[in-house]
Amino acid sequence: MDYPTNVKILRIPCTGKVDALYLLKALEDGADGVYVAGCEEGDCHFLVGNIRAKKRVGYVKSILKDLGINPGRVEMYNMSAADGPRFVDVAREYTARIKALGPSPIRTGAGSEPTEEVAEKEQEPEGEPEAKQENKPAGEETAQPAAG
Amino acid sequence: MIIGHRKPLEEILQMIEPFDKIALIGCKGCVAVCAAGGEKEVGILASAIRLARKKDGRDIEVKEVTLERQCDPEYIEEIEGFVHDYQAVLSIACGVGVQYMAERYQDIPALPGLNTDFMGGSQEQGVWVERCQGCGNCVLHLTGGICPITRCSKSLLNGPCGGSSGGMCEIDPEVPCGWQLIVDRLEALGLLETLYEELAPYKDWTTSRDGGPRKIVREDMRE
Amino acid sequence: MKSASRLEKILESGAFAVTSECGPPRGSDPQVVREKGELLRGFVDAVNVTDNQTSVVRMSSIAASVILKEIGLEPICQMTTRDRNRIAIQSDLLGAAALGMNNLLCLSGDHQRFGDHPTAKNVYDIDSIQLIYTVHQMREEGKFINGEEIKTPPKFFIGAAANPFADPFAIRVPRLAKKAAAGVDFIQTQCIYNMDKFREWMKGVVDRGLHEKVKILAGVTPMKSVGMARYMKKSVPGMDVPDEVIKRLQGAGKGNAATEGIKFCVEQIQELKEMEGIAGVHIMAIEWEEKVPEMVKAAGLHPRPEV
Repeated sequence: MDYPTNVKILRIPCTGKVDALYLLKALEDGADGVYVAGCEEGDCHFLVGNIRAKKRVGYVKSILKDLGINPGRVEMYNMSAADGPRFVDVAREYTARIKALGPSPIRTGAGSEPTEEVAEKEQEPEGEPEAKQENKPAGEETAQPAAG
Repeated sequence: MIIGHRKPLEEILQMIEPFDKIALIGCKGCVAVCAAGGEKEVGILASAIRLARKKDGRDIEVKEVTLERQCDPEYIEEIEGFVHDYQAVLSIACGVGVQYMAERYQDIPALPGLNTDFMGGSQEQGVWVERCQGCGNCVLHLTGGICPITRCSKSLLNGPCGGSSGGMCEIDPEVPCGWQLIVDRLEALGLLETLYEELAPYKDWTTSRDGGPRKIVREDMRE
Repeated sequence: MKSASRLEKILESGAFAVTSECGPPRGSDPQVVREKGELLRGFVDAVNVTDNQTSVVRMSSIAASVILKEIGLEPICQMTTRDRNRIAIQSDLLGAAALGMNNLLCLSGDHQRFGDHPTAKNVYDIDSIQLIYTVHQMREEGKFINGEEIKTPPKFFIGAAANPFADPFAIRVPRLAKKAAAGVDFIQTQCIYNMDKFREWMKGVVDRGLHEKVKILAGVTPMKSVGMARYMKKSVPGMDVPDEVIKRLQGAGKGNAATEGIKFCVEQIQELKEMEGIAGVHIMAIEWEEKVPEMVKAAGLHPRPEV
């Protein structure tokens, strides 16, 4: 299955390990967007790791909003570790969102941007987007559940 | 512990507007416990500041330091070696720490990154509540261990007032009535009959903030 | 007699007293105060003048009280401890006495959060019970709070509020006992809608003999509308409005709620006249002062006794 090549994956044993600081640093280092892919709520091997991740993503969103950066540049998604198609859908959906937002002003120094989060629209990905993205999923395509 | 919370980012950014080289100093004491100014919060705030500047095409150097405490001169001294290379100190300790910085490093502006709120403790993860006003003359033994100055919105010593309703204070249905708590405790301790009807005398406010800035001295400990 | 208060004389004579309330204006026009007073003349024995009620800035109670006295009415000055420290309180007491005031109602005062200046500092240097004690000390021993003698000490007839409907109920009678021990002479209760609960409180009061030490005036407020009844039930702290009262107002039919409200109030006053331990009634007709005369007449309390 193909997913947009600008999506860079960083693996961690549980999204509960994601700290607000990692998300901020990723944006500092030039990512146009960061998303956290965790297990479905209720399925977390460590019980509430993905719930904590969701809250931290929410916290970072509020910081971005206060700074004049669109909070959509961080996001939380949930999916089963074995669900390849869902992984692809999310990758495409998020790529499309970031494309619509444009390059991160942190990279371009272009100043504040609108901070309303826009609802996702159904759209076909239009070829290779130029923006760089990173994401951190809970599982990988080898159907190996997140190990303790 | 002393509880505080980070000032709005907008306010902090405005404070550091004229500077492009600052030292962001956290504290491992109270403010670390209430997740406002510890090492983690230093990292997050430093990152947020850099993001804000980069976004506007400006630069800033933020030195990240977390001291053991900022309410003892020996720890404030630890930054002597490098602090003069910076244009300002943004302290995310409580108000005490900011003032210690200002006093020790007179030629460098000391900026408060937090709003210091009150003396209190943790109620549950992520929630901190006020328990003490530092009145300087504790009467907790007379009120079943519940402070009437702090937990009664009107600091009544002969409470409750007529606005206590369903165990909650008239100012906010989520704030427990301090005197309801006191009465319940006195009842549980079998002291309601005796203690409640005693007229609590006028408070001497000189031991609190009203008397002016305070000092405590242990002569036996002075050099 | 403890003071020169006309209210005291009436209560001492054994007559059933009637008091009402006057809220000063949010401006400096004395005429507004006189007009409100005129509505009540001849139908009440004394008039409470509120002190920045609900923390909303109004003409001061002492000033408005003096205006009422000038037109021949008997004012009851109200004083909260929210806005003044003990220095200002004692100073105001001396001033009020110098201007001929004889009655003082001691209150803590609603928190400033409710009012029009919620960002103000609140004082609460002393509380309402300590205020009662202070006024009592001034009268009986001629002393200030610090123990020094007062030249020409003020002699007030001392009042306070009681709320049988606030929580915790267990200490509502002990609280009255505390105020009595501090030196209070008369009490005005919060307005009553739940007569059952009120009777329960009065039983506790009478059992302890408090009605003999303190003159108790039961508070009533006529309901103007179903909306007012609902608002008071939901949004006023320390207020107990049973559903039966709301149903009764609804049952009266459209446009008749106010008349029914007055009727209910008059019935209450008649019952209170016969209740053991009740020395009078305090009618709080908020922004409806013009209805007080007809209620006093309908309850058989007009004309007022001459003392």
